[in-house]
Amino acid sequence: MTLAARKPDAPVTDPIHEIMELQMGPSHPASHGTIKFNLKLDGETIVDCDVEIGYLHRGFEKMCEQGTWNHVFPYADRLNYASPLINNVGFALTAEKLAGIEAPERAQWIRMLTSEISRITDHLTCLGMAGMEVGAFTVGLYTNEAREYLYDLVEAVTGARLTVSYCRLGGVINDLPAHFADVLADRFAKIRAVLADCDKLLTRNRIFVDRMSGVGRMSGRDAISYGVTGPLLRATGVGYDVRKQSPYLFYDQVDFEVPVGTQGDNYDRFLVRFHEMEQSMRIAEQCLAKMPPGPVMISDSRFALPPKHDVYNSIEGLMNHFKIVMEGVRVPPGEAYQAVEGANGELGFYLVSDGSGRPYRVRVRPPCFFGMAALGDVLKGLMVADIVTTFGMVNMIGGECDR
Amino acid sequence: MGRLTEALRARFGDGIVDAHDRSGDETVLVMREKAPELFRFLRDDPEMAFDFLIDLTAVDYLGKAPRFEVVCHLFSLSKGHRLRIKIPVPEDDCWTHSLTPLWKSANWLEREAFDMFGIRFEGHPDLRRILMYPEFEGYPLRKDYPHNRRQPIIPERDPVENPWPARGLGPAR
Repeated sequence: MTLAARKPDAPVTDPIHEIMELQMGPSHPASHGTIKFNLKLDGETIVDCDVEIGYLHRGFEKMCEQGTWNHVFPYADRLNYASPLINNVGFALTAEKLAGIEAPERAQWIRMLTSEISRITDHLTCLGMAGMEVGAFTVGLYTNEAREYLYDLVEAVTGARLTVSYCRLGGVINDLPAHFADVLADRFAKIRAVLADCDKLLTRNRIFVDRMSGVGRMSGRDAISYGVTGPLLRATGVGYDVRKQSPYLFYDQVDFEVPVGTQGDNYDRFLVRFHEMEQSMRIAEQCLAKMPPGPVMISDSRFALPPKHDVYNSIEGLMNHFKIVMEGVRVPPGEAYQAVEGANGELGFYLVSDGSGRPYRVRVRPPCFFGMAALGDVLKGLMVADIVTTFGMVNMIGGECDR
Repeated sequence: MGRLTEALRARFGDGIVDAHDRSGDETVLVMREKAPELFRFLRDDPEMAFDFLIDLTAVDYLGKAPRFEVVCHLFSLSKGHRLRIKIPVPEDDCWTHSLTPLWKSANWLEREAFDMFGIRFEGHPDLRRILMYPEFEGYPLRKDYPHNRRQPIIPERDPVENPWPARGLGPAR
């Protein structure tokens, strides 16, 4: 935080009644993510708050227009880097909707499974950091430990921990490794143990509850008007979840609950996320049980790379490979919007194709952008220290919010 | 043609320029002049009940007339339906009506569309850049903006106008 320097000719007023201007950020230890709060303070009470975003803008949408359709996946990893697989799945589903193709059944189950693993890593990041910021350092280390268990799973499936680039138009690149079910069961058991510990450390912790409960309230009506979705909206008692409301993949075939809060405060946001992790594990287990054997990539040669054997041994295979790599798969002209439930809410992709091998327009609807838009209003009337907890519960991911 | 489109056609007639439901998304192209009335109807009519402005963005169709399209995605929680509304915006008269009186989410979304495409939203209370800095030249998501264009280095801001100067960093590089 930097104190405001008084202008040389400004009149001297009684400092007790003076409104102080304070810039918090863009690089502040308590705000994980580059974000600036332009505050007007009366003592420690926030009178006005202007939230400034854009510090992590990398031109995601512009860059996506420069490459082929499959080139978007590595960029999509870098949107919400706490849950990259959900971004991959969201883009793949939208592009497939536009192209009029459908991934094989097994690939769709795998996408669901990996999405849920990503949702847990995202929530663990959010909750661990939220605990850490109010002094519960232990919890931060515990959740990081639990996240490592999951990153091992992600690495086993995709070959990378964070920048996964796992999906393609028409499927996923690899099938699950052998013995994946056993490893998953083992890891989930460990995570459940860690979560039980975190529950004991936080949920009834006097300091934590005092800092979270009743702070950062938002009404369901306001949240809807602000376009807020995900845990933030569900904490207000509005049970909107894309997976239930407009099911994609096979979410209508699995059994899970959508936790909702009552108060719309930070404590409810914490609880909603906490309980969602158990639901995600339930979904993941059901995915593994219901997953049929079979291919994980469509065989349509307009979209799928030919087998390496054909590339090296036949001119057709070589041509096919060359065309797809150099010119990209061709998606018919048109437009499509598809939403998936990201860890922070409705993650939507709006794609426009002009029929060439490159996307004409790639638009992401980043869920935390809307939470940040509402944050300025939510913070009014709170104390400076409440910024940390409220901002933590919005769970802004710079890569996604600023693109 | 979808149910929502038919209802809108019956009510707004010539105001609806075009409509389709390819890829399963109901889409309505509406004249700019009719847009505020249409959006108010969509939000307040009990049969429509679009309480979410889920997304607002623009697309630059360079070389076509009108050049821009403002694209809005609406969602109704109670009815469970979705609708895409597009407003054509010509290049030489680059504005449309702001949706901020209807949905609070329109505020930042319109700021972003303005920032990236230079489309003005009439009636917006605070239309300034959001992802880019104020001195940025041009509108990056327009198709005639090259993706590798360099921006000029901006001069240091006046320390009196902006009372938080960089200190102790040496000369700017």
